[in-house]
Amino acid sequence: MSTATSTKAAFDQQGTLSGEERVDAAMKSFVSDFGVTVSLHMESCVRCGLCANACHFYLSTGDAKYTPIHKLEPFRRAYLREASPLAPLIRALGIVRKPTIEDLQQWQELVYDSCNMCGRCTLACPMGIDIAELVRDARHGMFKAGLMPERMALMDRTAREWGSTATPGEDLPDILAEVSAEHGGVSIPCNLEHADVLVTAAPAELGEHTKALADAAKILNRAGVKWTMHQSGFDASNIGFNNGDLELQERLTRALVDTAVKIGAKTVLLPECGHAYGAARWEAAKWYGEALPVRVIHMTEFLDEMIAAGQIRVNKIGETATFHDPCQIVRRGGLEAAARRVLAALGFDLIELENHGVTGFCCGGGGGVVSNQRATPLRRKVFEMKQQQVDATGAKHFVTSCGQCSITLEQGAKQTKWDKSPESLLALVADNLA
Amino acid sequence: MDLLDFARGPALAVALIIFVLGTAWRLWGVLSRPRMPDLSPAREGVPSNLAGAWRNILRCMWPRKEFGPGPLVATVNGYVFHIGLALIFFGYGPHIAFIHRLTGLSWPALPDMVMYVAAGATIIAMLLALVVRLSDPVRKKISIADDWITWTITFLPVITGMAVITESSAIVLARDHVIYRGPLAVHLLTLELLLIWFPFGKLMHAFLFAFSRGATGIRFNHRGVKL
Repeated sequence: MSTATSTKAAFDQQGTLSGEERVDAAMKSFVSDFGVTVSLHMESCVRCGLCANACHFYLSTGDAKYTPIHKLEPFRRAYLREASPLAPLIRALGIVRKPTIEDLQQWQELVYDSCNMCGRCTLACPMGIDIAELVRDARHGMFKAGLMPERMALMDRTAREWGSTATPGEDLPDILAEVSAEHGGVSIPCNLEHADVLVTAAPAELGEHTKALADAAKILNRAGVKWTMHQSGFDASNIGFNNGDLELQERLTRALVDTAVKIGAKTVLLPECGHAYGAARWEAAKWYGEALPVRVIHMTEFLDEMIAAGQIRVNKIGETATFHDPCQIVRRGGLEAAARRVLAALGFDLIELENHGVTGFCCGGGGGVVSNQRATPLRRKVFEMKQQQVDATGAKHFVTSCGQCSITLEQGAKQTKWDKSPESLLALVADNLA
Repeated sequence: MDLLDFARGPALAVALIIFVLGTAWRLWGVLSRPRMPDLSPAREGVPSNLAGAWRNILRCMWPRKEFGPGPLVATVNGYVFHIGLALIFFGYGPHIAFIHRLTGLSWPALPDMVMYVAAGATIIAMLLALVVRLSDPVRKKISIADDWITWTITFLPVITGMAVITESSAIVLARDHVIYRGPLAVHLLTLELLLIWFPFGKLMHAFLFAFSRGATGIRFNHRGVKL
């Protein structure tokens, strides 16, 4: 463990608001998030510090500023001044200082660079405080204040303009045709007027990682599913979910659901993307205003169901493997068993990581951190922890079920010249169809 | 009216009123915040919300082994002074007599030796918690005034209570008058200080912990996460 701080305090700003206007915008947003659960969690902390023992950023650096509950300090002050039952007393006596623009600027690193919103700290908190969710609420205010890493802000602007960080919707048919040509002519239906399943993608699958899209197509076609992708709703990654941009989150969510309804789909199939699952499976109904008229499932669930139903069969690989549990899919998504059933179907002898399942360590790239170049040195320290645990298993295959995790881990492997590279569960199934 | 009469009379009444009304106010203030219902379908086959809440309330009673020995030591130390304080307050004969005068409720006392051991263990555990808060970089970073005030206000009744004990509880209870009126008044006033502070600081976790754990239990249970 190093005691050195891994990233120097840094911040970016967007827009032309004055410092005072930024603080006001952040405070107004914070207050709108102070519902009963947030209030319970803000009120219950006894500052025991046990959350630090769960955070990979603290564990890999030893720097106390990465203590998860400390990452909420301006948010806590805003709560106490504006929404706590004692708020009038606190304001009248000046007991808690209002966050300043300098506080928020310095805070940016803690909520964007050094938190993946992975929720491991939530499991360590004896009060059961869901710190990850509070950090996400805090990001809403930071977005409103125009105080987020510029790289993430750039992606936000792109998604607002195109409906995706990868491509405008009208280019989707051409991209899919290219993906098909690149991967042996696999059929990838696009813009069908009617289909049972609306298939969505992560942005990387439309650029550098097109094999994932081709693999999904191969499996869907083999299973005999009537499916399509659609240019009016195709990007499931939902950058608004990570950035704290609620308007964008709603817009991207509605694009998927409305498109599915339009084509009569009963199911929206999400790609191997953790945050897509968090945004669409658990939060889409909030934006839709009622229970969704479609089922939303993750690719891992789909593979599990197809294999269980006998709609696809796979050859057994019969080698050792270890599995990285993506936080949003397992710890915060409940799909711990599904991935393991698929691995078992593939005949893998699974050797679990020292920390796996709900207590597995994050890859270090979640919550947009992989896109935040400023956080690269810190992310590399976190990667070393994962690398050591994978090496300790001695497993031949290193498997995961999230494209974002894969990209983060691939970057780490490249940097450290590691002899392992993460394999996608989807790719393993596609490559071993019987 | 001497200091003990004051402590037993108006001071106690005021402290109890602030404790009850303040606690009710803070609980109502939190629980009446807007609710944001989860409209997403729960994972198939998960237990009820109530079962999920209870599961996490119980799960949070003990740290996971994955988080190492630090949380385990902190948790055991916390249990020592929480249980110790409960034993002292509810098990010591003169305290039971005090509660009986206030409420009419009574129960058998624990032996004095148990009380002395509980008080000793409580004092050591609380001092250890203080040392950790003063020396550990994480605790130093996150500590606020509430932590120091709460520690002091919790420690004072224990120490002032120990100062009053010069005889066995049987002798104290058999006597029809108080012979150390000043020290007893100070002890009672420190308890009243604790009651007054209770609704304003982190002592409220005594009530809030179940709601906080339960809310997270419901959220994760809904998603089919086995905590």
